[in-house]
Amino acid sequence: MRNLLRFILGLILLGGVIGWIVTAPDPLSAADVPARDGDAENGEQVFYAAGCASCHSAPEAEGEDRLVLAGGRSFPSDFGTFFAPNISPDPEQGIGDWSERDFLNAVMRGVSPDGQHYYPAFPYGTYGRANVEDIQDLWAFMATLPTDATPSRAHDVGFPFSVRRSLGGWKMLFSQDDWVVTGELEPEIERGRYLVEALGHCGECHTPRNPLGGLQRDAWLTGAPHPSGDGRIPDITPAELTWSASEIANYLNDGFTPNFDSAGGEMVEVIANMSQLPASDRAAIAAYLRALP
Amino acid sequence: MKKLIVILAAGATLALPVATAVYSAAHSNPFSAHIAARQGQMNIQSFNIGVLGGMARGNTEYDADAAQTAADNLAALAMMDGRALWPEGSDNAALGDATRALPAIWEDMGAFGAEWQAYGEAVSGMQDAAGGGLEALQAAMGPLGSACGSCHEDFRQSNN
Repeated sequence: MRNLLRFILGLILLGGVIGWIVTAPDPLSAADVPARDGDAENGEQVFYAAGCASCHSAPEAEGEDRLVLAGGRSFPSDFGTFFAPNISPDPEQGIGDWSERDFLNAVMRGVSPDGQHYYPAFPYGTYGRANVEDIQDLWAFMATLPTDATPSRAHDVGFPFSVRRSLGGWKMLFSQDDWVVTGELEPEIERGRYLVEALGHCGECHTPRNPLGGLQRDAWLTGAPHPSGDGRIPDITPAELTWSASEIANYLNDGFTPNFDSAGGEMVEVIANMSQLPASDRAAIAAYLRALP
Repeated sequence: MKKLIVILAAGATLALPVATAVYSAAHSNPFSAHIAARQGQMNIQSFNIGVLGGMARGNTEYDADAAQTAADNLAALAMMDGRALWPEGSDNAALGDATRALPAIWEDMGAFGAEWQAYGEAVSGMQDAAGGGLEALQAAMGPLGSACGSCHEDFRQSNN
């Protein structure tokens, strides 16, 4: 009997150790990071394509205020309510005291400077597919933005979701580095894929999730219940979105649908970003959407 | 025969409240005239934006006069004092599907008014640009759409 107990205890211990190893954060190594100066001009384009301002600017911020990344917006979900942190260059309340590597790990691996996992309300699963050079450029651009001293608000997430280590398991189950749409693509569609699958994170809203919050990649961009509980985020694959590529590209610029109704809801924020990109990028996103199965 | 009459009478009695409810929802809320008028205003705006957008997007030939007219129409509507169209209680929490106006409008009428102002400014910009060539027109579409969207984001029920 005592041997049995010892055996079971041993198994539990072993399980704990394996669990600890498996859920460990996976930061970038020095070899992953090219030795170069970030280009803030390209970084600005990455900033708009990745949509940082839409989540990290203060609630109700408009126009120039969207560049003050004071945080504070709330994101209700099945797992609790998340609050976007202050990511302005403020050294105390923001991320001004971070290194470039800290930033790359946060954005591309979802790991904080002290080795904690971030919640995937922050779409690092998408950003992990970006070129590390683009995120280096983004870091250079972010350093030029105004500082703000608003303290970040803690997430309102209950047990067991409050155990950040468990996100290591989530990442292991649901993080995938490979593209959703695979194969040889024409240059314009390939650019569209990069903008959508590595920066724009359209899939984070427009793709349904399983009960643990992982994206259902086989139902890519086919729509999902709104995380607040109210209503639905639309299917933007050709099965449901019958607009032409140029109608999509125009909408991403000025918010007008083909019959000149105008976007409302969360897409207004998205369009505020997309309108800052070159027209060729909007056309690329549209081409990618039209090319989906 | 008596049974038939009873059945018909029962059916009518049951159907009447349903029919009344359906009719009411469609017609006779106390603000149906206001709602019809303000939706009509939006439709006229959409129509004129469509004239401009059609040219901007290359669906129709650029025509400076037609573009200027459409922009001037938008300005005329933007300058109309439409405050009476938005009476307290005519929101979608009170009236359901009869309107997409959110209660937020009445919670912060100052902000709602500010959005109309901003729209008026964007329309002004369009008025300046519309007759001045296709490129000028195209450049003015973005700020116009942004002004429409900014108000809808806070004050109109999303399509979800």
